[in-house]
Amino acid sequence: MKPYSAWKVFVNGMNGQKGWTRAWRDPEPKKEYDVIIVGAGLHGLATAYYLAKNHGVTNIAVVEKGWLGGGNGGRNTTIVRSNYMMPGNREFYEHSLKLWENLSHDLNYNVMFSQRAHVSLLHSPAARDAAARRYNTMRLTGTDGELWDLPTLRRNIPHLNFDADARFPITGAMVQPRAGTARHDAVAWGYARGADQYGVDILQNREVIAVHRDSGKITGVETTRGLIKAKKVGFAVAGNTSRLWRMTDLGQLPIESHKLQAFVSEPLKPLLDHVVVFGVGGAHFYISQSDKGGMVFGGDLDWYKSYAQRGNLPIVQDVAECATSVLPCLGRVRLLRHWSGVMDMSMDGSAFICKTPISNLYLNAGWNYGGFKASPASGWFFADLIANDRPDPVIQNFTLDRFSRGINIDERGAGPDPKLHG
Amino acid sequence: MNTRRLATGGQINRNKPLAFEWDGKQLTGYEGDSLASALLASGETILGRSFKYHRPRGLMSAGVEESGAIVTIGTGARRDANVKATSQALYDGLVAKGQNAWPSVRNDFGAVNTLFGRFFSAGFYYKTFMGLPPFEWGEGTGAWMWYEKIIRKAAGMGTASRKADPDAYEHANGYCDILVVGSGPAGRSAALSAAQSGCDVVLAEQDFALGGESLSRAEETDTLPQELAALRNAGVRLMENTTAFGLYDGGVAGLLERVTDHLSTPPRWMPRQRFWTMRSRFTIIASGALERHLAFGNNDRPGIMTANAAKIYLSRYGILAGENIVIATNNDSAYLTASSLSNAGARVTLLDSREQVLNSSQAGAQSAGVDVQHGMSILNAKGSKGVYSIDLAEKSSVGWSAKNQMACDLLLVSGGWSPVVNLLSHRGLKPVWDSVNACFIAPEHHEPIAMAGSAAGIWDHAECVQSGEQAAAHAVTHLHGQRSQTPNQSGGWETPIEGLYEISVPGHQHKSFVDPQHDVTADDIRLAHQEGFVSVEHLKRYTTLGMATDQGKMGNVIGLALMAEALGKEIPEVGTTTFRPPYTPISIGALKGRNVGSHFRPLRRTPLHDWNLNAGGTMTMAGLWHRPWYFAQPGEGIGEAYVRETETVRRTVGVCDVTSLGKIAVQGPDATEFLNRVYTNPFAKLAVGKARYGIMLRDDGFVMDDGTTWRLGENDYFMTTTTAHAAKVMTFLEELLQTRWQNLRVHLTSVSEQWAGIAVAGPQSREVITECAADPRKVTDPALPFMGVIETTLKGNIPARIARISFSGERAFEIYIPSDYGPAAMDMIWSAARVRAGCLYGLEALGALRIEKGHVTGAELDGRVTIEDAGLGRMASDKKSYIGSVLKNRPELLKNDRPRLVGIFPKDRREIFNAGSILCQSDNVSGYGNGWVTAVTHSPALGHWIGLGFIEGGHSNWADRDVVCADPLRKGNTPVEIVSPHMFDPSGDRMYG
Amino acid sequence: MLRIQCPFCGLRDHSEFSYGSDASVEYPPLDGSQEAWHDAVFQRENIDGVQFETWQHTLGCRMWIVVERNTRTHDILSVRPAHDGIAQALNPSLMIEPDQ
Repeated sequence: MKPYSAWKVFVNGMNGQKGWTRAWRDPEPKKEYDVIIVGAGLHGLATAYYLAKNHGVTNIAVVEKGWLGGGNGGRNTTIVRSNYMMPGNREFYEHSLKLWENLSHDLNYNVMFSQRAHVSLLHSPAARDAAARRYNTMRLTGTDGELWDLPTLRRNIPHLNFDADARFPITGAMVQPRAGTARHDAVAWGYARGADQYGVDILQNREVIAVHRDSGKITGVETTRGLIKAKKVGFAVAGNTSRLWRMTDLGQLPIESHKLQAFVSEPLKPLLDHVVVFGVGGAHFYISQSDKGGMVFGGDLDWYKSYAQRGNLPIVQDVAECATSVLPCLGRVRLLRHWSGVMDMSMDGSAFICKTPISNLYLNAGWNYGGFKASPASGWFFADLIANDRPDPVIQNFTLDRFSRGINIDERGAGPDPKLHG
Repeated sequence: MNTRRLATGGQINRNKPLAFEWDGKQLTGYEGDSLASALLASGETILGRSFKYHRPRGLMSAGVEESGAIVTIGTGARRDANVKATSQALYDGLVAKGQNAWPSVRNDFGAVNTLFGRFFSAGFYYKTFMGLPPFEWGEGTGAWMWYEKIIRKAAGMGTASRKADPDAYEHANGYCDILVVGSGPAGRSAALSAAQSGCDVVLAEQDFALGGESLSRAEETDTLPQELAALRNAGVRLMENTTAFGLYDGGVAGLLERVTDHLSTPPRWMPRQRFWTMRSRFTIIASGALERHLAFGNNDRPGIMTANAAKIYLSRYGILAGENIVIATNNDSAYLTASSLSNAGARVTLLDSREQVLNSSQAGAQSAGVDVQHGMSILNAKGSKGVYSIDLAEKSSVGWSAKNQMACDLLLVSGGWSPVVNLLSHRGLKPVWDSVNACFIAPEHHEPIAMAGSAAGIWDHAECVQSGEQAAAHAVTHLHGQRSQTPNQSGGWETPIEGLYEISVPGHQHKSFVDPQHDVTADDIRLAHQEGFVSVEHLKRYTTLGMATDQGKMGNVIGLALMAEALGKEIPEVGTTTFRPPYTPISIGALKGRNVGSHFRPLRRTPLHDWNLNAGGTMTMAGLWHRPWYFAQPGEGIGEAYVRETETVRRTVGVCDVTSLGKIAVQGPDATEFLNRVYTNPFAKLAVGKARYGIMLRDDGFVMDDGTTWRLGENDYFMTTTTAHAAKVMTFLEELLQTRWQNLRVHLTSVSEQWAGIAVAGPQSREVITECAADPRKVTDPALPFMGVIETTLKGNIPARIARISFSGERAFEIYIPSDYGPAAMDMIWSAARVRAGCLYGLEALGALRIEKGHVTGAELDGRVTIEDAGLGRMASDKKSYIGSVLKNRPELLKNDRPRLVGIFPKDRREIFNAGSILCQSDNVSGYGNGWVTAVTHSPALGHWIGLGFIEGGHSNWADRDVVCADPLRKGNTPVEIVSPHMFDPSGDRMYG
Repeated sequence: MLRIQCPFCGLRDHSEFSYGSDASVEYPPLDGSQEAWHDAVFQRENIDGVQFETWQHTLGCRMWIVVERNTRTHDILSVRPAHDGIAQALNPSLMIEPDQ
């Protein structure tokens, strides 16, 4: 595979685009692999990529029931940030952000990571102080974070709602300058292409329907198109984790599947140069503008458990209310599409990258709202776990037994109710 | 294009000319025109510029599928970008502009992009812009951030106003038996028969005129008014200008009604748009079908539109769009159009790709003077700002071969029809490919939805009308609880359609557009295939096919067909497309309705709200509440005010509105047992007439809430919760009683709104109470001791509940009076306090008082804190079980080095420090530190700033250690001392005394 | 919008209700084992298909109800009061075991 570059774009422009080859193969599966990753989403593909790149494991299959990158990886609002506070999350998401910063070069695929700053609006002294603990923690642990006063905020985003009569007047913002957005599909395709170049087989349209076990170990997975044997198996299937888990007879998980809607407007000339987050009075809203010009935004979960990839009107209204409260000029902007994804909401809002009671089965799940930005680090640490069979200290508490031990990684303090961890 | 308005015909009112402006030019149209038809009649051909190549674009259609004439209308704060000129009703004074072009759509410098078009293939941006060219040198995001600025400016379409939208919008709720979408022949017949069967019917039509297809069928326009009158008489609620934009669960449709978008001076009382949540028991989708394009060279040029569009411009708007017209088709529908255009005076050549068609359609066209040529189509259109000629293609044994050139001034295309199945698709149903009719139609399903007319793939007019009646019959049967089948039979053409999507001849390289709005070409589809992006989803995302503002209404099927061809598969094997709501873009303003600005969320005010304001209170937010923050006297800011208030409470007496606390009546024979289970501390032996402070945990053992509960009678308790968690606690307690503990005889009533609450705190609080009580003997020290409760009356016969409880650490009382008596009681209490040199105090002083005492609030109880962490371990009974008692003993939660509640003093007592700071050992200010600061205040009692926070192991661990309060965000490091959280009056003498 | 047939208020929009949880979760006694409590509080079957779940009619009668719903299609198959005694009072055919 020849690397992508401006030069290649030029050459192929001159020769009628003849030089481009497949971004990834469509291989026939081998009988057996060293590692099978179930789920060719961002996390599964990144895992395969880092297994090959960091650990030299290349006899890998990534098995996917649909098309690679067709799950939440292609349904999110593409925000990348590391403004987490709890130990574990802090290091994990910062590691991820660092990987993001060089991801386009690493993959030789432009994932368009735009470090345009993540701006969380503040409305009260109490909210400022609560956020200050988070951003001070970030600063002391080596991450960037700033407090913008009102004049600074006004200078940066002049058409926010600075009305003193607003229901929740804006008083300032907490800002992570290195955070931003990326092109979600490009991440899937970049990892897929990268993994494929190392010889990883990406097997699409092949749903896992059973897990084969022998004397306590997994021997392979039965797919809709035949059995594939494996020495190690990793699950990375987000909202479908519980469905797959049931095939292992390992009981229940601290996960519930909920749906989260996302929205995009018609394309517009540049209107918003930052990621803006609004959360007050029970509202939750985030918005940015894609490079194509669409305003990309989202809000809360639909508030009831669901595996359906479609949303309902109450949240549509709620999100529209938030949108116009933050950016009053959006009233005349038109919504182009809304859709929804199935989120693997965990009991404390944090993820699992861990070993399981089956010695050669590994789990990657529980991503809540955080899955997209987590993808690089999720793949990185999951690959490390699978290759070395022991967790890196960063993910030592990303385990299924953390609740029985009393370790809740609860960034919101919302308690054991999955729908509250948005 | 030699376009002219005919002297007669159409649904326009030639007696009502309307003046409008296009790109600074003053033009005229007529009432009944769309902006598109008025522009067309005025001879304007270039109305837009494409997304990527900035190619000039004109009208491509006459409806919502428009991809060319996308314009900006309005000015200032009322500027609307990306408006489809085809859907916009013309009104007097309308101002429209071209967009995505500079200086204008006629002469756009951006068109230079066309020169680089060969490099801008599908997905090229994923392959470059990463680093320095030509080999993407460097690392990090620096290069991309630079490129991105330029790319963003080039992308996008219209420019949105930065100003707040000045218009009002409304939410409306609707209910009906049957919702019919579309007012064409099928929709009307469905609505009429359903209404005649006794159903309550709503008919929604997206156009500004009712009639759908009938508006452009001369033989039907005459009877349309009577038909519509018949519908109204039958009780059908007709809604024009109303788009059914989405079908959701439970038979709910989202409708958008454009109330004033077609008016030049909307009355001020009218909302601009109205968003309807329409709940129907059955939905009939008669949303019609959209004519498809064909892919051939330069098929996007101004002067190329669908055949149906030309028919609509002719029949509905009285415009003959060209004089020398070529029509390329693969199906029967274009014949009628060809005849009408010919009859209207144009020279028409019809190129039918099919080699043979049945006589009747052909004969009709020929007798109208149409030159019909079979086995012919178009290879390429010539002319950049308008079509002046075409290269013909002739069918050969190996596909197509290039033929001669032919002059024309208007090129019409009919590449087949796509039924509008979008709404059905919103329900998660995948359309199925009907290979006979070369279109996607509805699958079999069990939803209470029926398709009718051309939305069901029915092309014959009479059959469309019939299918509407059948759909209505099906709906009525369904509403009666019975099942039936819709006998929809798609089809209706004499000669089958030919599955033709692209005309190309090897060696003839032209840009041939599949999705013109996003400049997706047939070559882009093939490149996607070459690079392995073969699934529909990959194709769509890689090429942006179908992602434009028409959501692929024009191009999706062609894209699928080209991919199928590349793969050597059939179209259904490649897949189908999932349509997402909304069907057409809808304004965010309509969705938000009136819930904006100060009405974004309800504002909760206490019954004393106005009283507080009149008394000079400044309010602050507490969740949805406004609570008094401080009561400044002349010359005071918040700093001076709260310090004075705090001092006054400690010295004499203060009065504070505490109404926002949650209040729950807990009543019933098992109320005591219930409280004993939900509080960590014992409640079994609380005497009547006593109150107790209690802590509730969540199931997982962390602290949920705290508050006092008063025993008013044997089976009657009055519980207070924090303001923040009032609703959560109520819901949780109700859940416990209705699900887990169904045998407990307890009734809960939220009485938060029923009682106003006033705290009276300070050494002279008893005197104030005594003065206000109707019977002073009831509030003496023995009658109302610490934690005592009485139900009594205040002077003026005001009922009151009084408890002697304290949050401030002073002798204090909480008085609850029925809400309506709040201001009267407050008048009385405040005058009694004022004469004692008392004060009114607000949340800031309340905070100062409680911080001095080390009393916790939401800042400390943040959902991650155990009862031990909060320093309240003594409140956790070990003699009983309660909610959370098991899981609070999980191993990690029992560790001694968990952060515990502490008090914090600045080392240098003159220093200030901030809440949200991190507590670190002074020789290691990094990482997570050892704790954090939750709240700070200036303490008048201690004479310096103090704080509360948490630090590992609690204050005894840190007695002699150097600690700094690190606040890199704001203040930097401040050396502090860690002390007991009980910073003032630790023995509680002032409270108990 | 889901439309929920509240046994007390009739057919109402789901926006009036709050989703609770999987209704099949059985909470152990207050003095139950840590393991039993852990499972009840943290572990979920997370059914992909028809499940019984609790909702509260928060903005209506405030009653907790048990809804039988398909989590994949959102179709609602049945609704009853969460409280067995009330359910039985409304519909005596619902048998309640004597020891409950």
